[in-house]
Parts: sequence; structure tokens; C-alpha cells
Amino acid sequence: MTQTQTSAATPTRPWAPTLKDRALTVTSILLAVILDVLIVAVTPLKGKIPYFFLFFILWFIVDSIFVYRAKGQKGVRDGLAAKVTLFGAVVVVMVVASILWETIHRGLKGINLEFFTGTLRNTSLFDPLGSGGIAHAIVGTLMLIAIAIIFAVPMGILTALYLTEIKGKAAGLIQFLVQAMSGVPSVVAGLFIYAAIILNTPLRSSAFLGGLALTILMVPTVTRTSQEVLNLVPRDLREAGLAMGATQWKTVALVVVPAARSGLITATILGVARIAGETAPLLFTVGVFDSYNFNPIKGDQGSLPTVVWRGLQGGTPESIQWAWSTILALLIVVLIMFVIARAFGTRQMKRK
Amino acid sequence: MPPMSVDAPEKAIPQARKITTKPRVSDQIFRGVVTAFSFSALVILSLISIFLLIQGFNTFKEQGFGFITGFEWVTFVDENGVETATFGLQAMLVGTLVISMIAVLIAVPLSVFTALFLTFYAPEGLKKYLVTVIDLMAAFPSILYGLWGFFVLMPMAEYWAQLINKWFGWIYIFDVPQPIFSRSPFIAGLVLTVMIIPIITSVSREVFSQTPLDRIQAAYALGATKWGMIRAVVLPFGAGGVVGGSMLGLGRAFGETVAVFSVLNIVFRSNFQILFTQGGNVASMIIQKWGEATPKEVGALMAAGLVLFFLTLIVNFLANQVVSRTVKSGR
Repeated sequence: MTQTQTSAATPTRPWAPTLKDRALTVTSILLAVILDVLIVAVTPLKGKIPYFFLFFILWFIVDSIFVYRAKGQKGVRDGLAAKVTLFGAVVVVMVVASILWETIHRGLKGINLEFFTGTLRNTSLFDPLGSGGIAHAIVGTLMLIAIAIIFAVPMGILTALYLTEIKGKAAGLIQFLVQAMSGVPSVVAGLFIYAAIILNTPLRSSAFLGGLALTILMVPTVTRTSQEVLNLVPRDLREAGLAMGATQWKTVALVVVPAARSGLITATILGVARIAGETAPLLFTVGVFDSYNFNPIKGDQGSLPTVVWRGLQGGTPESIQWAWSTILALLIVVLIMFVIARAFGTRQMKRK
Repeated sequence: MPPMSVDAPEKAIPQARKITTKPRVSDQIFRGVVTAFSFSALVILSLISIFLLIQGFNTFKEQGFGFITGFEWVTFVDENGVETATFGLQAMLVGTLVISMIAVLIAVPLSVFTALFLTFYAPEGLKKYLVTVIDLMAAFPSILYGLWGFFVLMPMAEYWAQLINKWFGWIYIFDVPQPIFSRSPFIAGLVLTVMIIPIITSVSREVFSQTPLDRIQAAYALGATKWGMIRAVVLPFGAGGVVGGSMLGLGRAFGETVAVFSVLNIVFRSNFQILFTQGGNVASMIIQKWGEATPKEVGALMAAGLVLFFLTLIVNFLANQVVSRTVKSGR
């Protein structure tokens, strides 16, 4: 009897970069950086941007020489593609970093406690920051968001339910219309509310009308995200519900919607993030106001985007400082909502 | 053996249940409510067209085709109080197209590179953060882009514009009548570029990630490098999606208001010299003229809004057609 010898093959990864490859990569990057600094120092180029572009060009040249010796022309092209795609991603990240950095850096200068508690009742945007604040605008923006949620969330989620649960004859048409609606320019939403309500009824600009205009912009976002999360609910759950004898209404209300709950919250928050900073529709429908107005039906209303807008239009250093500090407050609101939406969103994905 | 005659207890045979597809009352109500709400999109879109048409009707009637082709925007009140007005959108429409084209031309390569990097090059850990960054970019308010564009991007972009003008000034579009480079269509285009990158990137990424795995593996098995695989498999497969995503970006660029208004000098003259401080944009013009508009002018602005509305609807429609066709073909 011969003993069969079995030896488990140790898995190898021939495509993984060897130590030599890594050393070459590091060397080429270092060489590129040194050349980059030298060239910028010698020639009259100035600023960070030339450093950045030149680095990519030099890195490619240096690396190509190494790669060409090992892998030939194909390798060079492969390397170029890798670097160009990296370049694209780095540019995008740099833009976002620049926006965040500039906003925080410039906005923080004007932030103090008064800024979050005071109103603009006795202060104008042309006064330096220190007295007065944007509390009324925060209240106004929250009011606008609340009104938009009241209208947009039922509309959005019910439309999504139609598309995922009922799948009626009109599903194709509705899908198309929702997509079309997501392209409605914000200025048109404002013009529409003005044309339909302010010109035709005794209602004048107020938080309510602003909320209606924002609803138009919010519904498509809520619908599309809800539709995605409802589609993630396993078919088995629905079939189990129906097999137990539940009606479709019971199945949806007691099985499908609870299963998708955190995803639906994400949809709502993403919709709010979409509209929180909208400016153009507010200029037509809400107007501007410098103090608290707790009546949503009547009277102009302050809001964060319009304070930024007026600060920017004011053009003096003080008003521009107001704009930066207010946009920082708005950005913080958007960021918080974004983080919450993410947290709920990942929970849904995990439970799936 | 005689058969056992045990009287079986008489079983009550239940009546056969009537099998019906008629839903219960609760279901009927549920279906009715959901279906009714699902038509809200239709109702809203129709109402927008109807009300803007009603308000803008007089303008369309008075100006006729000149509303699209004319390039003057004047209202004049004579001593009798009679208002005569000429409204023409040509310069604004041309300006909108020019700015949006600049944005799309710059944003598409950048977005496609980013999407390729995210799908095929980025290590798993980095990928998650990059996707978050791009989603975040889509959530930034447009007025933030306006502020950033005006105070941060514009000083840099003016310098770039001067360089372009210096080296390529012999091409008509890069020439300028006077050396004023601020608030030009070029800069507005750059701001829009940043704003539409997240849309194009996410659509492209979605399409790229649906590339059939067997084709990718086939390419590798035949000895393709990563770039060879991308060029032979991913790009032909995803081309439609990229085109559709770019058009969605174009639609967004058409309708952008506040950000463009912040960085563009709006002048009623069709200007193709993109580095010069003259440009047009329908949405921004509406905001600009709104403040001191006479009732007649309000009507004209409503009409302009309607034109913009239909323009974005058409572009979005075509874009969605292209995207959905591509996505379907992959399955």
C-alpha cells in the first residue's frame, strides 16, 4: 500500500507588488518630488497649483522610465492610466478640502455666542460681527424644513410605495416624471409658487409658501432614495406576510415599511440636506426678515441662505464676514444631517 | 365479515370558499391613496407649466418668436404711462449653453477618471471615504459654491485665464477685447464644473461597477493589463452611462442660479469670448431682474422661467433614456 502524499499548495499572489516594485515606486515618487521642487525654484512658476501639476507630469516621466525597462510600452500605458485616474480623484478631493477649509477658516472668525442667540433686529449686515446674530434665521430655516417635510415625505414615500409595491400600469410614467422632477431648476420652483399662489390668492410671501417651493425640490430626492431602500427589502418578507393571510395593506404597514424604516429616515434626511441651502426659491416666496417670526402663514421670514445671499450682495468686508459665518452655520447643519443619514443608511445595509 | 357499519359522525362539509381577486376594502383604500399620491409628480409638473404659461402668455404673444431670438431686454414707459417693452432671451440662452458646455467639457474627464479610480484602482479602505466625499459634494448648498467660487476660485481662475489668453489668445474664443478677466463665463463654467462633478461621477461609477465580471476576467485571462481591460471592456460598456450622466450634469448646469449669479457679469450680448467679463444665464437673469421688475417684466420673467423649465426637462429626459438603456443592456 502506497501512501499518497498530499501537499497543500501554498497560495501565491504573483500579481502582488514585490519589495522591489515598492522600492521603485517610492524612488520614483521621491525623484519626482525633488525634480518638482527644483524646477519650480528655477523657473518663474509660482503657487501650489504648478507644484501639483508638475508633480504628476514628472512622476509619470520618472516612473515610465522604470516601468519601460521592466514591462515595455504596455506597462507605460498602464502606468499612465493609473496616474491619470488618481489625478482626477485627487483634484476632486482637493476641491472639497478647499471648500471645507475656506469655509471653516473664514467663517470661524465671526462666530461667537451672540451670533447664535441674537437677531438682526438692531444690527445690520454692514456692522461688524459681535452684536446681533442669526438665531431668527435658524428658526426660519427650521420652520421651512419642517413645512417641506410635512408635504414632501408622505408624497415621496407613497410615490415610492406605488413604484415598488403596487407597480401599477402607470409605474413607468411615474418613474419618468419623478426623474423629470428632479431636474426642475430651483428658480423655476420659486417662480411657480409666485405665479400660482402670490399672484392669484391673498396669500403673500411666508414660510408656508417657501416650504411649498422647497417641497417640489425635495420630493424627487425622497422618492428615489425610498424606492432604493424599499427595493432592498427581501421579497421573502412580503411573500411571508401575504402567505400568512395578511392583506397587502397589512403587509406593507407591518412588514415592509418597518423593515425599511431606517432607510426611509435616510431618504428624508437626504431630502432635507438637498433643500436646506436652497436660496433662489426663497427670494420669490419667503422674502427676508430680520427678527423672529413664529407665524408660518403670514409675514416674511428670515432664513440662513438669504442672510448669506444678502451678505454676499452687500459687498463690504463686514457683510462678507457675515456671509462666511452664516454659511458655516448652514454647512454645519448640512454636515450633521449628512452624518445622521449615513449612520441610518449603514444600519439598513448591515441588517439586509 | 360483514362490513362494519359504523355511522361516521356526519362531517359538516364547509362551503367552498369563493375565490376572488377582488381586494379587501382596506387594500382598496390603500391602493387608492398610494396611487393618488403617486400622481403628485404629474400634477406638480403640469401645474408648473400651466401657471408659468398663463403668466407668461402675454409675453409670448407680444414678442412672438423674438422672445427666443432677440437679444434686447428693455422696458420703456413714455409720458402717457404706456409701457413698451422688448424682451429677447437670445444672449441669455447662448450664455447658458456656453457656460454649461465649459462645465461639462471640464467635468466629464475629471469625473470619469475619478469614477475609474474608485471602481478599479482605489484600495477598499480609501474607496469608502472617497465615495463619502463625493456624496458630500452633492449635498453642499449651491450658495456655498457661489461664495467659494467668488472669493477662493476666482482669484486663481483669473490668473489661469490670463495664462490661457497669453498662449492661446490667437484662437477667437480665448481672445478678449479688453484685459478684464473677472466674472467671465470661463469662471462661471469652472464653478459649475465643481457642482456637476458629483452627479457625473456617481452615475459613471454605477455604470462601471455593473460591467459584467466574466468579460473583465476574460480580458485579464487574455493577458490584458488593467488599462487594456478598461479600454477594451469597461469603457465601451459604460460609454452610454457616461454620456447620460454628462447630460444629467448638463441639466443641472442649465438650472443653476445662485452660484452662477455670484461669479458672472450678466450682459445682454451674445458673447463667445469665454475669458471676457461678459456672459448670460437665464436663471441668474431672472434673479437679477426680479427685484425691480414691472408687472409686465414679471410676465416676461415667468416666460423665461418656462423656457428654462422645458429646456431642462428635455435634457433630463434624453439623459435618463440614455442611462436606463445602458444599465438595462448590462443585465
